[in-house]
Amino acid sequence: METNEIPQYSIETKDLSIFYGTFKAVSDVNLLIEKQKITAIIGPSGCGKSTLLRAFNRMNDFVPSSYVTGKVLMGGQNMYGANIDPVEVRRKIGMVFQKPNPFPKSIYENIAWGARINGFKGNMDELVEQSLRGAALWEEVKDVLQKSAYELSGGQQQRLCIARTIAIQPDIILMDEPASALDPISTLRIEELMQELKKNYTIIIVTHNMQQAARVSDYTAMMMLEKDGSRSGTVIEFSETKKIFTNPKDKRTEDYVTGRFG
Amino acid sequence: MNSNHNHYPEGESLRRALATRYRNASIGRVLFFSALVIAILSLVALLYNVIDGAFGYVAFEYKNDPTEFTSKPLDDLTKEELLAILKANLSSGAYTKLDNEKPMEKRSRSVLYTLLLERLIQIDTKQTWSLTDSIFRSGEIKAEVAQKYPEAKLEFRSWLTPVFLTTPMSSKAEFAGVRTAIFGSLWMVGIAILFALPIGTGAAIYLQEYANKNFLNRVIQTNINNLAGVPSIVYGMLGLAIFVRTLEPLTSGSIFGVTDANGRTILSAGLTMGILVLPLIIINAQEAIKAVPDSLRQAAFGVGATRWQAVWHHVLPNALPGILTGSILAVSRAIGETAPLIVVGASTFISLDPDGPFSKFTALPIQIYQWTTRAQPEFHSIAASAIIVLLVLLLTLNATAVLLRNRVQRRY
Repeated sequence: METNEIPQYSIETKDLSIFYGTFKAVSDVNLLIEKQKITAIIGPSGCGKSTLLRAFNRMNDFVPSSYVTGKVLMGGQNMYGANIDPVEVRRKIGMVFQKPNPFPKSIYENIAWGARINGFKGNMDELVEQSLRGAALWEEVKDVLQKSAYELSGGQQQRLCIARTIAIQPDIILMDEPASALDPISTLRIEELMQELKKNYTIIIVTHNMQQAARVSDYTAMMMLEKDGSRSGTVIEFSETKKIFTNPKDKRTEDYVTGRFG
Repeated sequence: MNSNHNHYPEGESLRRALATRYRNASIGRVLFFSALVIAILSLVALLYNVIDGAFGYVAFEYKNDPTEFTSKPLDDLTKEELLAILKANLSSGAYTKLDNEKPMEKRSRSVLYTLLLERLIQIDTKQTWSLTDSIFRSGEIKAEVAQKYPEAKLEFRSWLTPVFLTTPMSSKAEFAGVRTAIFGSLWMVGIAILFALPIGTGAAIYLQEYANKNFLNRVIQTNINNLAGVPSIVYGMLGLAIFVRTLEPLTSGSIFGVTDANGRTILSAGLTMGILVLPLIIINAQEAIKAVPDSLRQAAFGVGATRWQAVWHHVLPNALPGILTGSILAVSRAIGETAPLIVVGASTFISLDPDGPFSKFTALPIQIYQWTTRAQPEFHSIAASAIIVLLVLLLTLNATAVLLRNRVQRRY
């Protein structure tokens, strides 16, 4: 069906290594993230999944002494280039965190704030509605927009965080274990939402949950600590999710996805 | 099987072990409770000591017989009569001077009455008694007075009166008040907070949000922590050197056209107090900023906020209650400090309200200190009253700050 289409890449990393001081947390990652697909990053704890994810939108900049080598290319432009402002990167690459972290403000303000600080000039009410609809939250909160975001359930809060992210109209949405703090039903809703979102956005998700990766993602990157004992993680296998789970090339991937490992 | 399987006590030995654990727990509980009791007892002793001095019997004589000035009983005199008596009996120089301070006709009856007692009849306090003595030994006191001072009147007096709060200083304890000292203290604390709160909060934001954890910043941090423990007299010396001497043109107000002041002004004192409470405010603000969850900053950065936007819109509002807690501590510290004020040069005798930051000033602790060093017992009584005023003022300011804090506490 789509075999003849030339895949369009949203983000590309070239020999990306991430350091905390002298410690090399992630080494030599080369990924091609396809547009409007969901790419999952899986792997055991402490192998640098979140670190890699945070490198895409330069959230690691806030960790003192952290730096990267290599490139993160978006539309051919290196996100770590000298003339690139990390604030601009974070507007183009939104992020949803592990624990729902809405602002201690009203539901409306949670969405309006990000838009406002980024200089949004359009109709704010419309944007709020659009974003909440986009996150499948509008029907539940349309009558209580002025209520505190903290009064929502955990799953609703996480969808509010997604709404907040799509309100600033990014190209890519990073999700750092977005459902790990949620119950199964909320998790399911987030997963359904991701399928909706990928029509417009490229999604990269870090997850501990292999079933989740298998359910939602189109591509999967398997991360593992390097064999040399250096404690740095790297991507050992990256391909279509189906292949990773049914016919992995790497023995370690096979052990991990079949549960023989970790 | 695990070789440690049977190494936990069971049955009888378990009961004994448990009994020991409960006994140790109750010993701890008794110790903690006694600590609380000791703390409360010390507070009660403090309050008792202060209140004991502020109320009680006082024996006094009129130096000049009131009948020399009027035939009516003193309490029945009208304002006009009082005015006439003062005009007739005060020297014209003294009268003109009083009139220049504030026209005599515009003064209230109670003020004129006080002037009559102070200037003409003149009260001579013979002896004062503490509240405890006054209550439990009133018979003995009356007998003692009748025997020792046959001329004297004995009355039970509260040294803390509305008049005490509203009259300025006087060289006679019976007519002295704390009005100028209250104003001085309020001005000083106000200036100190206005100076220290923004600077301290700013420094805390920088240290917490912007500063790298490098050697220089660690040195600065350690020094701020240590500065909080520097004796206050050292800050007094600093204030004397910087504000009173070096910045005299500013603190005396001469560059603003004020001519009659030197650097020993409320402004100097306020700034000195500001520097003194600065470490306190910085440390508390830092703690408050540290307590703002990092997830909130990340959320802000995640939607493309700059560091400043994250700090201004999210970190600061959430840290504000904690920052205000720090300022409560700062107010408490500033209002009670005495030593730096002595060094900076608080005057002890100020009879005019401070009218701005360039006024000479006195403050409550200075007044209390000065009165307690006097030999006459009646000064000790007004010192006790002034302590009560200071404590009430402190509680009022703290309550205001707590209310303010509760208002800004996030409702979300």
